[in-house]
Amino acid sequence: MSELLKVEHLTKIFTSGFIGGFEIRAVDDVSFTIKKGEIVSLVGESGSGKTTIGKLILRLIQPTSGRILFEGKDILQMSKKELRENYYRQVQAVFQDPFASFNPLHPVDRAFDLISESYLTDVSRDERKELVRDALRQIGLNPDEVLGKFPHQLSGGQLQRILIARALLLKPKLLIADEIVSMLDASTRIDVLNLLGDFRDKYGTSVLFVTHDLALGYYISDTTIIMYRGTIVEMGDTEKVFQNPLHPYTRMLLESVPDLNVKWEFKGIEPEKEEGTVYSLQGCRYAPRCPRATRLCFVRRPELIEFEKNHWVACHFYY
Amino acid sequence: MAMLTVEDLKIYYSTPLGHVKAVDGVSFEVKEGEVFGIAGESGCGKSTLVHSLILRKPPMVHMGGRALFKGKDLMTLSPEESKKIRYTELSIIPQYAMNALNPTKKIKDIVWDLAKEHGYTDREEVEKLLRERLSMVKLSPKVADMYPVELSGGMRQRATMVVSTLLNPDLLIADEVTSALDVTTQRVVIELLHHFMKEGIVKSIIFVTHDLALLDKIADRVMILYAGKVVEIGSTEEVINNPAHPYTRLLINSLPRMGVQYKKQKLKGIPGYPISLLNPPKGCRFYTRCPYALDKCPSEEPKLVKVGNEHYAACHLLGGESQ
Repeated sequence: MSELLKVEHLTKIFTSGFIGGFEIRAVDDVSFTIKKGEIVSLVGESGSGKTTIGKLILRLIQPTSGRILFEGKDILQMSKKELRENYYRQVQAVFQDPFASFNPLHPVDRAFDLISESYLTDVSRDERKELVRDALRQIGLNPDEVLGKFPHQLSGGQLQRILIARALLLKPKLLIADEIVSMLDASTRIDVLNLLGDFRDKYGTSVLFVTHDLALGYYISDTTIIMYRGTIVEMGDTEKVFQNPLHPYTRMLLESVPDLNVKWEFKGIEPEKEEGTVYSLQGCRYAPRCPRATRLCFVRRPELIEFEKNHWVACHFYY
Repeated sequence: MAMLTVEDLKIYYSTPLGHVKAVDGVSFEVKEGEVFGIAGESGCGKSTLVHSLILRKPPMVHMGGRALFKGKDLMTLSPEESKKIRYTELSIIPQYAMNALNPTKKIKDIVWDLAKEHGYTDREEVEKLLRERLSMVKLSPKVADMYPVELSGGMRQRATMVVSTLLNPDLLIADEVTSALDVTTQRVVIELLHHFMKEGIVKSIIFVTHDLALLDKIADRVMILYAGKVVEIGSTEEVINNPAHPYTRLLINSLPRMGVQYKKQKLKGIPGYPISLLNPPKGCRFYTRCPYALDKCPSEEPKLVKVGNEHYAACHLLGGESQ
């Protein structure tokens, strides 16, 4: 498989406070690649920078430093026109809240009109309609049941499917899916997830699946990237990361996932570790919470190293 | 011993189009010393059910049934009476516990206001108890002198749980307390609830969630709701490992778990969407999505039948027509 998207040393610093006196390194020196036809899950808790990475790739915000290469071309060098005419035709996104993604005053069809007006200009009106109906059928919706309806007449699951249908209408090469099932009920969630898999199988669409839910990431993705406070702590083949977690943070996360196959032992209450200053920490950001941390961990940031084939970890313990 | 006995409870919402039958004839019992789980998807009535036990205000209306809590019917208590038992006998941890505390008051002042209302007169004693409890949940006793805004999200979560349980309520209701939390914080909340039970601070807990896997970790018994009706009730072990109702079975099969990957084994969701509660069908409310539906399912309501030791389900396939 060849590379589709390459992220190199990506950093995003948000500043706040009077004349930017307070800095948060939301994404800090992050590098990874997405291959053609690959589903990559980007897993992390709130504040890990996973959504910021998605926004950077969509160029909704500008990075502080680093490069993002799409098919070898630096997207940060692209003009607005190039982005609109070329990049967004190939990179589409679906976000978390399906209710917020629609204008409540318009029927849901408008979502399709906007995209076909910009990108399907050479297609006749009737053909466009058929394309939309076809896209809806592919994701398991009956076009007659949803077209012409207003957002409040449909359920969250239906709306989210419509958004996926819209994103996939252009048959993009990359789909950024940011927490797309977290607001859906368990019984409809898995079918939406299966759609991503189907599309990849059929059209070779790569997917960046941003999630906080490890079980979902494990289910759908080929590669998993685990983030903690803006840095990648572990990444590699999904199987390897989940079956043989190396980083203490990954291990702790996996222990916290409620899984039907695993019984929990109650270990007693542990103190909340102070981590307010963690974004400016010199060393490993997980050090204040890490049971294995040594002095070195607080002063030097561990680099990602390849522990076994296609399984990377950033932890001094493995040097 | 039953702490709470709910009998044929009906809680509707009145709308211009008619009544939305959010909770429609639900009966169950919460025993002393148990964690009772209520699970279901959005719109199943789980939140309405527990909130109606605390406070009913329009458009929520009580249309029938009783909820006996320590001998008193919660549905007929006067506002003064229900205020009196809040926090001391019956308490709720709200869904957004992190933001539930008044940000302009110190934790100790919030607690004192609350204690005063319940007839406590010795401020020092209440503060001493607060500091003890804060240490118990591994927070610094100094948190008592701080404002909620000074605390991190995780610390606020703990502080709110301390406040809700300070006056040792017999029954604690936790409504989706973990749904907005990271998995690691979620685990802490479960540990805390377990600890409150073990220490005898609370006698019983009703834990409401949409997450069956999480319920599996804490609840002794679970009740599965669908569209305002009980579809299955029993010990957690039985219901999770040996589900009787088609809905429960399909729901459990749709949950991703470690070891299951799309590449190797595709999971399936439940097709379709829940019915409208404005005009629910006479019969089973799940029949529109049920792959096993029989001719009588749309018109005849299935009754709960015994399918195992203290394990009940409401489905015609299980003989739901005879009581």
